Amino acid sequence: MARSTSKDAQALFNSLRSAYAATPTSLKIIDLYVGFAVFTALIQVVYMAIVGSFPFNSFLSGVLSCVGTAVLAVCLRIQVNKENKEFKDLPPERAFADFVLCNLVLHLVIMNFLG
Amino acid sequence: MADPENAMGATTLRYAFGNVLSFFILLLIGVLAFSIRLFSVIKYESVIHEFDPYFNYRVTQFLTKNGIYDFWNWFDDRTWYPLGRVIGGTVYPGLTLTAGTLWWILNSLNVPLSVETVCVFTAPIFSAFASWATYLLTKEVKGAGAGLTAAALLAMVPSYISRSVAGSYDNEAVAIFALIFTFYLYIKTLNTGSLFYATLNALAYFYMVCSWGGYTFIINLIPMHVLLCIVTGRYSSRLYIAYAPFVVLGTLLAALVPVVGFNAVMTSEHFASFLVFIIIHVVAFVYYIKGILSPKMFKVAVMLVISVGLAVCCAVMAILIALVASSPTKGWSGRSLSLLDPTYASKYIPIIASVSEHQPPTWPSYFMDINVLAFLVPAGIIACFLPLSDASSFVVLYIVTSVYFSGVMVRLMLVLAPAACIMSGIALSEAFHVFTRSIKFQLPGLLGSSQVDSGDASSSTVVAQNDAGKVEKTEDTAKERPSKKNKKKEKEIVDKPSLKTKIEKRLLVLPLEASIFAILLLVLLGAFYVVHCVWAAAEAYSAPSIVLTSHSPDGGLHVFDDFREAYAWLSHNTEVDDKVASWWDYGYQTTAMANRTVIVDNNTWNNTHIATVGTAMSSPEKAAWEIFNSLDVKYVLVVFGGLVGYPSDDINKFLWMVRIGGGVFPHIKEPDYLRDGHYRIDSQATPTMLNCLMYKLSYYRFVETDGKGFDRVRRTEIGKKHFKLTHFEEVFTTHHWMVRIYKLKPPKNRIRGKAKKLKSKTSTTTSTKRSGANKRNPWH
Repeated sequence: MARSTSKDAQALFNSLRSAYAATPTSLKIIDLYVGFAVFTALIQVVYMAIVGSFPFNSFLSGVLSCVGTAVLAVCLRIQVNKENKEFKDLPPERAFADFVLCNLVLHLVIMNFLG
Repeated sequence: MADPENAMGATTLRYAFGNVLSFFILLLIGVLAFSIRLFSVIKYESVIHEFDPYFNYRVTQFLTKNGIYDFWNWFDDRTWYPLGRVIGGTVYPGLTLTAGTLWWILNSLNVPLSVETVCVFTAPIFSAFASWATYLLTKEVKGAGAGLTAAALLAMVPSYISRSVAGSYDNEAVAIFALIFTFYLYIKTLNTGSLFYATLNALAYFYMVCSWGGYTFIINLIPMHVLLCIVTGRYSSRLYIAYAPFVVLGTLLAALVPVVGFNAVMTSEHFASFLVFIIIHVVAFVYYIKGILSPKMFKVAVMLVISVGLAVCCAVMAILIALVASSPTKGWSGRSLSLLDPTYASKYIPIIASVSEHQPPTWPSYFMDINVLAFLVPAGIIACFLPLSDASSFVVLYIVTSVYFSGVMVRLMLVLAPAACIMSGIALSEAFHVFTRSIKFQLPGLLGSSQVDSGDASSSTVVAQNDAGKVEKTEDTAKERPSKKNKKKEKEIVDKPSLKTKIEKRLLVLPLEASIFAILLLVLLGAFYVVHCVWAAAEAYSAPSIVLTSHSPDGGLHVFDDFREAYAWLSHNTEVDDKVASWWDYGYQTTAMANRTVIVDNNTWNNTHIATVGTAMSSPEKAAWEIFNSLDVKYVLVVFGGLVGYPSDDINKFLWMVRIGGGVFPHIKEPDYLRDGHYRIDSQATPTMLNCLMYKLSYYRFVETDGKGFDRVRRTEIGKKHFKLTHFEEVFTTHHWMVRIYKLKPPKNRIRGKAKKLKSKTSTTTSTKRSGANKRNPWH
């Protein structure tokens, strides 16, 4: 039973890897950016766990800025992905402009809240 | 060749005409919303109403005078003496900032309106904006026709008028506009999937958080809707774009507002949004994996994940539940808990239970406040299901939750009003659509012309099935016609075969006379609604409650301006630093109009302080004097309605003083004041009641008015008629005896009477004999 599950896991892993290799490079770059943002958020949480949460507003703004950029990058990826039928008549430049605008607002708020 | 072009030109011309017409209709709706709220200004004067608006007015005055930095850092030492209040951190700044900005813009354009005028007219202006926002929201859900109807309904709905009349300068005036606008932007994002609207949505949510504590409704309703969409299988990437950025940006923006601060991430009211945030990420990830894997591998992945992930999930949930359960209220604030459990406030927090706005509404108040909409709402709900889209499921959820909450607190009928208007607008618009289409379809046949607008004929999709019935114009099925008039016109029979050849789909069309009659009836319904709304606005909701009027038998108007008379006396005849004690209802008005320091006011944030004042009012004169003297009080203000029959006076509120005081100071026991379970002030009253400060201050010299001391509100003669005040002296009573102001008598210089050794503070050796009373007694 365990062997079949480990074999299944192996097969799953391989199929995931091959499927993911097929995605276009631009989307992979966005995925890397998302991964980096989440990683930064995790580092901040670990740091807070070690050092303590004072001042809390700085911690909150730091973590939420990382999470926010990750979320916005995922939204950009959704809108730019050519396989997405719902967004096929949305020009990618418009998607990127929206992404930049939302990031601007997010970081303005972060700067204000950082304290 | 020319024909399609002509047809195209005709349709674009029709669309252009429709747009222009919509624009003018919206303009008229805005003017209507503004003007129907002006009854109070016409009947009384341009004055700020009630109690809470006076605080907002005072804060706006401070903002316009001192600028925004001083406003953010303002520590108010003229209320809650000696504690003070941090205004910057405890007030929702949206309303005052809005009015302040309006005033500043107008003054810089050289339109010299006073702050009071801007404050009085802020609410009608924003109600016009709210009806435009309702148009936009309903247009996203169902279409422009429904939007116009809903906007017209919202402009007049009495429930919204009651809180946004000219002069009612309270948070809800701008908050309802912010609520509807936020919902519109959310639906727009959901429908278009555009990140631009998602940003605007977060900013509108920020404006809502600034304006009203009811923003928790938004931050719980939207996650509920997202969860509903996920569970019913309507997950799409547009849903992710609509929700995920909103949560992150919205939480940050909510934390920016000082009064919310870290509550945005720490109180249970926001946990629903985080939970659904995690859930939507999981769902999005699952959909993504499903998209890139083959179905067989996906099944394998699912099995693996379930076995491993379930254990992790349980651990995380256990930690979360332990965290939340460790706080006694499970992290919810008192007001929110009383929404979920309506009996919570009466058991634990008597102050919340005592506010009249927090009581559950009675059944007639539904008909009074939303009138005709009450039975158009179910029709609207059905219309939303045909067809069901993301937007219409949201509106259905909105109405269901707002109906529940309005049943808990009468104040929240206000949140029900926009939902009811949207639903009724949808229902009315669908009904009109069916009837006019029936008429339009049958009119050519009636007039004998052969041009049938095929565009209308093929729209057989959506009909509100709450109609009396549908008729199919085919020959095979002979259905029974539940129309009002059961006879067919000859011409229709003749035209039927020829029409049948032209139309391929089945039509849902009603008979002509039924349609015309039904349209007339619907118009009549609307007319009744309008009449009721105007009546409610003019008679029921326009009273400023700081000025009272009554009609004398010969038809003249008698004005009771006692409150302002008393506050003006206070501001002219007392020192600037004198402290005034009264029940907390009048705190805001006293600080705003009389400009004197008060002990407690309507903010009711400190229960013990209010209980102290309540205890003082319930105690005998000497004990009350001690309490007030310890608070540096100079004047005591009492509202008394016995001479003119004003029912909201302090004697009627006395039971709350006893209850709140007794909740903190156990020596005040409520049964001491009750005779047979009732509060009485006549000869059957208990001696504690007859000796308490509230009784004495209300009825001092009252017997001089008519010789018998007949109290018009309680409808009896008072118990103790002739008595003197030993520790207080009366300094002012208004014209109709409605407000009475007393001054604390200073202690006497010399202490006469029995030779008692005084307890001296500095030396303990010289104090020898102690009498029974330890305290220094300056009166004997």
